[in-house]
Amino acid sequence: MTPPSASSVSSASAKTERLLNLVICLLYTRQPLSKARIRDAVPQYGQTASTEAFDRMFERDKDELRDLGIPLKTEPLDAFFDDEPGYRIDRREYALQEISFAPDELAVLGLASRAWQQASLGGPAAQALRKLSAADVERDDASIVGIEPRVRTAEPAFEAVRHAVLGRTPIRFDYRTAGSGERTTRHLQPWGMASWHGRWYVTGFDTDRDAPRVFRLGRIEGPVTVDGTSESYDVPPDHEPRTMIDTMSVEREVQPAVLRVRVGAGNTLRRRADDIREAEEGWSRVEVGFTDAESFADEIAGFGPDVLVEEPTELVDAVVRRFTGVVSAQGGAA
Amino acid sequence: MSTHESATSRLSRLLTMVPWLLHRQGIDIEQAASELGVSREQIEADLQLLFVCGTPGHMPDDLIEADWESGRVYLGNADLIARPLRLGVDEALALIVGLRTLASVPGIGDRAAIDRALAKLEEATGAAAAASSRVQVTLDEGSETETLQQLQRALAAHRRVHLRYLVAARDEATERDVDPMRVLNIDATWYLEAWCHRAEDVRLFRLDRIESLEVLDQDGTPPEQARPRDLDAGVFTPSPTDQQVRIALRPEAAWVSDYYPVDSVERADDGSQTISLRTADTAWLRRLLWRLGGGATVLEPQELAAQVSAGAEQALRLYDVRGATAPEPRHTAGS
Repeated sequence: MTPPSASSVSSASAKTERLLNLVICLLYTRQPLSKARIRDAVPQYGQTASTEAFDRMFERDKDELRDLGIPLKTEPLDAFFDDEPGYRIDRREYALQEISFAPDELAVLGLASRAWQQASLGGPAAQALRKLSAADVERDDASIVGIEPRVRTAEPAFEAVRHAVLGRTPIRFDYRTAGSGERTTRHLQPWGMASWHGRWYVTGFDTDRDAPRVFRLGRIEGPVTVDGTSESYDVPPDHEPRTMIDTMSVEREVQPAVLRVRVGAGNTLRRRADDIREAEEGWSRVEVGFTDAESFADEIAGFGPDVLVEEPTELVDAVVRRFTGVVSAQGGAA
Repeated sequence: MSTHESATSRLSRLLTMVPWLLHRQGIDIEQAASELGVSREQIEADLQLLFVCGTPGHMPDDLIEADWESGRVYLGNADLIARPLRLGVDEALALIVGLRTLASVPGIGDRAAIDRALAKLEEATGAAAAASSRVQVTLDEGSETETLQQLQRALAAHRRVHLRYLVAARDEATERDVDPMRVLNIDATWYLEAWCHRAEDVRLFRLDRIESLEVLDQDGTPPEQARPRDLDAGVFTPSPTDQQVRIALRPEAAWVSDYYPVDSVERADDGSQTISLRTADTAWLRRLLWRLGGGATVLEPQELAAQVSAGAEQALRLYDVRGATAPEPRHTAGS
């Protein structure tokens, strides 16, 4: 790709002009218009070299307008002979219906749109807000001062998965499993998606496993590929992505751990400890509950030599494995 | 935006801009540009384009009228596109999911306004709204509900707040007075952004690290120099003077580049990566590297590699010297 030259900028501009004239023309007409009439009515089409060139251009334009959500209709020109199609845009279907928002409602809509700032839906969110607030100028920002939830979509797979979820389109992708890091190709009919603990997940029917499954978007490697036709399957009517993610990530029972924590260190552990006692000089004995040994081992390893696991053995092993890994990984560098 | 915007994105933007301007006849062109999120040059180019478009015939009477010479924008003769295009699926999704997320904030001030806005939006968007229910955002509610509500009260009443706060990177508890600016939720974690009187600067505090909080009977309007930080790229903001760090990540640790602000990522075919990032304080990085175990190798700087390695070896010695009954960690204490 070369950077856009002056001529490609002006041709993009000419195209916008052509599309806008086409939209206005098709909104203007009450009767469907034949292609020949459209060619006469839109100046940029009149300048095309041949009928074939016009046809190709018009077909592409028509698809692009539909992709923007413009309800461009194809209707028979004549009720008795449907050999030649006509085109128009239904005015009532085109326009956002009349809705008026109170100033405090506009304020919360503004906040809702800002939730996506910089995320992949930031553009659509801002555009939607402008559409909705076109007619309502007053806004009252006082009611929920200072509270700003932000939704981020750092995962590269987000856009492709969102399209598939909304369009009910089967997809295929490479997925890295949690423990081993093994990479396999998976086939999914996506049902829904949810952000949970700051990470995006997709739920759906896994056609390889023949069962519902949950996938973390951050573990999808490489591109997400469309693997079937849109709206080719149904989503269970009562499907709740969040609930499914909750139940699939099996809640394990809380187990007790006994730790030695250096005095003055391990503050986040101390905060949720069940019991803290003085141990030998410079150390405390801390009892704290955990559910998942691997993720608790991550947290403990983060304290380096300031926290030592006494029990259970499973947790000792998991932490020791991390430090051994660090030493061997740094081996060459240190 | 101008040169890289596609013809269709620009069309979509123009179809939104026209109704917006029609309701704001005579708006200052700079203000319009700023509220529409485009440059003044862009808006002038847009008006120039509108000016030559119109209904079939394209006689002067058929064309859209646009006048901005006085620095104020007037539009006319655009009846056919005077209403905005109905919301697209993406647009409806963004607002509906955003509103539902907002509604899930514990103790949010004006829930009634959220509910009303949501009901109107769902009615106006029909099928798009139905699909939106399949995209959900859960904010961590956790144990911070009470802190969150206290902070909302402090913000509304402009009160100063006394915090006992745990600085996790240094693993130490601190006391300070702050003037709250806003409360944010980023990646499901709640943060207070406030003017800190101890640091004499804007600081970000994680709500789950606030050990105790007292709303003071004292004005807490932040000083004029307190500017909210741009946090949309994440909560870490590297400065150019920070230390440059390069780390090799094995495939199982590749998630790191998605969750931390890195300057560059080189990806190899086997899924491994080499990332580089800048940071002033390497304490958090040491913690991260310990938890990644063998998943990461520090390539530079050497002293960070040495610290990480030394810390891990010291920790391993604690386990090695553990007797059958009592641990004797003091042998290796005192780093």
